[in-house]
Amino acid sequence: MLALPLCACSIQHYQSTFSDAAVEVRQFNTLFAIFLIVCAVMYSLVIAFLVGGIVRRRRAGEAYVVETGKHHETNPLMRIGIMVWGATVGMGLIALAIASFFADRSMARAAANEKLSITVTANQWWWDVQYNSADVSKTLRTANEIHLPVGVPVRIILLSNDVIHSFWVPSLAGKQDLIPGRENDISITPTKVGLYRGQCAEYCGTQHANMALVVQVEPYGDFLKWWQDSLKPAMKPTTLLAQAGYQYVTTRECAMCHTIAGTSAGGTVGPDLSHFASARSIAAGTLPMNEANILRWVDDPQSVKPGTKMPKVPLRPAELNAVTAYLETLK
Amino acid sequence: MSSRCRTNNSFLAVATMLALVACHREERHNEPNPFGASIKAGESPPTIIPGTAPNSPLDPRAADYDNNAPAIAEGQFLYTRMNCVGCHAHGGGGMGPALMDDKWRYGGRIDQIAATIAEGRPNGMPAWRGKLTEAQIWKLSAYVRSLSGQPSKDAVSSRADAMSAGTPATLTRREPVKNADTAGR
Repeated sequence: MLALPLCACSIQHYQSTFSDAAVEVRQFNTLFAIFLIVCAVMYSLVIAFLVGGIVRRRRAGEAYVVETGKHHETNPLMRIGIMVWGATVGMGLIALAIASFFADRSMARAAANEKLSITVTANQWWWDVQYNSADVSKTLRTANEIHLPVGVPVRIILLSNDVIHSFWVPSLAGKQDLIPGRENDISITPTKVGLYRGQCAEYCGTQHANMALVVQVEPYGDFLKWWQDSLKPAMKPTTLLAQAGYQYVTTRECAMCHTIAGTSAGGTVGPDLSHFASARSIAAGTLPMNEANILRWVDDPQSVKPGTKMPKVPLRPAELNAVTAYLETLK
Repeated sequence: MSSRCRTNNSFLAVATMLALVACHREERHNEPNPFGASIKAGESPPTIIPGTAPNSPLDPRAADYDNNAPAIAEGQFLYTRMNCVGCHAHGGGGMGPALMDDKWRYGGRIDQIAATIAEGRPNGMPAWRGKLTEAQIWKLSAYVRSLSGQPSKDAVSSRADAMSAGTPATLTRREPVKNADTAGR
């Protein structure tokens, strides 16, 4: 009964280590299967010999010495058996070493062929995502959502601004830590279009649980279009209410931490809000994106995600409505 | 003898527990007092009184932030992210005055520092009211006081949140708070 919900998860592969949505995770799962089979065979043999030994000892009813050190006293059949067993263990270990060597080499080859480089910087408690490009004007900064083209090897550079976090999108790759002051990386070559959930996998403070990210794998053309669209500056507010919100956001507390492309808001402490309303969630997977939740989050972030660095800004109701209306237009 | 020893031990245990209960070091204030609970919006209470008049009473909000570990840690986060470092360096000063010495042009009490941050001061200190929330300003003030060793040693962290090659905050020497005149730098 308990296993049933687990099965349901693994079929969907939204967040599952048994997926085959990336080259790396497939290689790793093959390696895991080889380990599992070799170790299972060895373990069954050990248990079989143990049971056999116990049964035999009981039947003999007397001390049965396998190896005394005096070779002429030892049963020659037993000696050969032990030697064969030792050779089997040795071959098993060699097989595992060869399998893991080749898995490691092929992952390293994929890493050397990277076509796209992304820098993911972990913060308490959100993900800062930057798409690197030789052309600086094409460099794109976004948050908590990663778009990846299908079939393209991607190198993700992992940094941290405060404490140790761990980048884990189980359906696409294994875990890799983000360590302050160090540069780590991980390679992903997604092979299946879809939506995958990631999660910080190293306890990093009170809101560790609410530090999720979403990876959307899409065809290369769609990915390039998304990149181009995301480079555009934020939309200008059209309604009076949204214009009032624009006025507040760009001149008051919000702009100290958040960037909105095309406006005077240029803070880099918090997530980039240029296309805030196109995201699937608010505050790194804490709330689904909709108008009511934007209002709830802006009104009192500390009640939604206690401890978050975003302070409660003492907005008057009219200001709160205006800010919400403006944020909603940031598609 | 042994029963007396036991009494002493239990007394010690109770005393230790009481001491822990009394410790507000870790108390978090994520929910600031409503804006304008004690002051009118748009101004800080007068914290500097000319002449030889006695000091104004300490703002009651000081108790929430002074000697409070999370407030000091978050103040440090804001100190670097809001670029206080640009003028004051890491307390040693530069374009702006040093914050780790004993001279306080506008007062070294936490509410006086909060007023300085909120309202700004002549010769370059910008006003942060409306840019930072009140709670953030108070947290910053709590951290600024730690630069000259004012908070108690158990409130400051022996390991800075950010990577640092300096001495731990617990070893900062406590400077006397002197209200300096503006002539001295």
